[in-house]
Amino acid sequence: MIPEDINKGLAERTGVERPGVRLSVQPPPRSADRAEKVAAAQTSVVFDLDKLEVYYGAFRAVRNVSMQIFKNEITAFIGPSGCGKTTVLRSFNRMHDVTPGARVAGGLRYHTADLYAPHVSATEVRRRIGMVFQKPNPFPKSIYDNVAFGLRSKGIRGKSEIDSLVEKSLRGAALWDEVKDRLRASALGLSGGQQQRLCIARTIAVGPEVVLMDEPCSALDPVATAHIEELMRELKSKFTIVIVTHNMQQAARVSDRTAFFTTEVDAKFGLRTGTLVEYNATEKIFSNPSDERTEKYITGRFG
Amino acid sequence: MSAVGISAGATETAEIFVVPDLTAKRSWRSVKSAIMTSLMIASVIAVAVPLVAVIWAVFARGLQAVVHGFPAFFVDEIPVIARRPGPGMGPAIVGTLLATGAATLIAVPLGVAGAVYLHEYGVKNRFSRLVRFMANVMTGVPSIVMGLFIYVTWTLRFGYSAFGGALALACLMLPVVIGATEQMLKLVPNHLREASYAVGTSKSRTIMSVVLPAALPGIVSGSLLAVARAAGETAPLLFATGAATEYNLNPFVEANTALSLQIFGNATSSFVAAQDRAWGAALTLVLLTFLITLVARFVTARFARRR
Repeated sequence: MIPEDINKGLAERTGVERPGVRLSVQPPPRSADRAEKVAAAQTSVVFDLDKLEVYYGAFRAVRNVSMQIFKNEITAFIGPSGCGKTTVLRSFNRMHDVTPGARVAGGLRYHTADLYAPHVSATEVRRRIGMVFQKPNPFPKSIYDNVAFGLRSKGIRGKSEIDSLVEKSLRGAALWDEVKDRLRASALGLSGGQQQRLCIARTIAVGPEVVLMDEPCSALDPVATAHIEELMRELKSKFTIVIVTHNMQQAARVSDRTAFFTTEVDAKFGLRTGTLVEYNATEKIFSNPSDERTEKYITGRFG
Repeated sequence: MSAVGISAGATETAEIFVVPDLTAKRSWRSVKSAIMTSLMIASVIAVAVPLVAVIWAVFARGLQAVVHGFPAFFVDEIPVIARRPGPGMGPAIVGTLLATGAATLIAVPLGVAGAVYLHEYGVKNRFSRLVRFMANVMTGVPSIVMGLFIYVTWTLRFGYSAFGGALALACLMLPVVIGATEQMLKLVPNHLREASYAVGTSKSRTIMSVVLPAALPGIVSGSLLAVARAAGETAPLLFATGAATEYNLNPFVEANTALSLQIFGNATSSFVAAQDRAWGAALTLVLLTFLITLVARFVTARFARRR
């Protein structure tokens, strides 16, 4: 049962400027074409955050994050360490459920569904919203079994079906040609970059709509990083990607939209807490940011 | 050794460079290192001496009884008249295998399941803390007390049987298995669990197909330790198993026997023939434990490689 006013509220909120977020659609100075596309794509909202807060125990780690993440785009989260990028990302697929003491408050909708409604199953959520982690974390199993793992837990049993989905996913992650002759070999024998692409294959195998990436390249060398970035651009047509990165060049290279987070002193608790400063088309953020803090950060005068 | 040289290409002022001396200096630090190293070597020897001595004694005294008329010692029944020389420990081998096997079947699944609950489901809650505390206390309960407990709760009602012994052994193994498994689960890196959750796998399935396989070698080692200890236990069996001299393949009825019981009974006898059989039984027990360990390691290694 979805109340009617949810859709209505969503439509009203879409593209409307709200306090805390400057969701500007004014044309940026360069590559106006791309920015127009970005602006036009605003009709399809995947995540809708309304004053999202995340607590670890009594500590409020993130507060007042309101933003919308759009379909088939790459959205990058940048900001200094401890600003809550990863914390927000992990709330998208309910990864906080497995952290004792973690709690999410405020509004977080996936399309029209409230992700934190009582009847929502975290398992169902994560089948639709996959995640790739900072450190490549393949299972100590064979390459094949790593990709087949999610399929099997989804209940797919047929061998030929699994075979074809494994191949499709490995091709999708641009890894097939490198591993097709050793699918039964241990995944731990792959290089770091290959392991990360295997993790991407494992994630896309279960057919998610969204792929969350938590600093997927920070443990990789530049060549492997370039591979993953190229892959992200390819995956964009099929998936919505949200990426946390410390590398601002990476955000500028791959993302359509960028959100800048920072830490500030929380008036309520007197501790440093993370919050969203500015969210906009990537060109705008990197060429003409609206907020002084964003400008300081991207020009390297802060953090 | 250091050397000073004058570079040849110098024009106005001669450039002096020093070859750094990287050889070790004699100092108090190196003396301390030598003392500690020799102390550690001495302790390794001190630890190894009793072990080698035990194995030597068991082989030296037991080998004669075991190889005489091989394989009679392993298959013949135990002589009823203790002073009569000659082989026979077959029923004791079977009894040990029955009691230890049944105890393993009880204690390992229960212990592993318990540890999974403690570590994966109820890490912090009061109930799991109580269970963990109880398991720790249980580790310290003397085995003879466990035997007495089974005697009053089981043996008095149902009589002697290998199963009664198995119950007592299982009580001894359980805390060891729980402790070892919980430690191993702690060592499974969290990122493997997260990776599994991230593709939409339920918690139970994550435990079954990611966490337990990753912890398996350690769980097997811990369980083996418990099995090896149980195989050599005498006191709990004393009350619950009885002392048969004939084969009894049914673990649930009638008195049975075990190698450890036979070692105890025969070694305290005044007849030389019985004492020889005790040494033979001791050697058999050592070999049996060794064999079980070997097989389990082999199986684990193959299992681990397949994954």
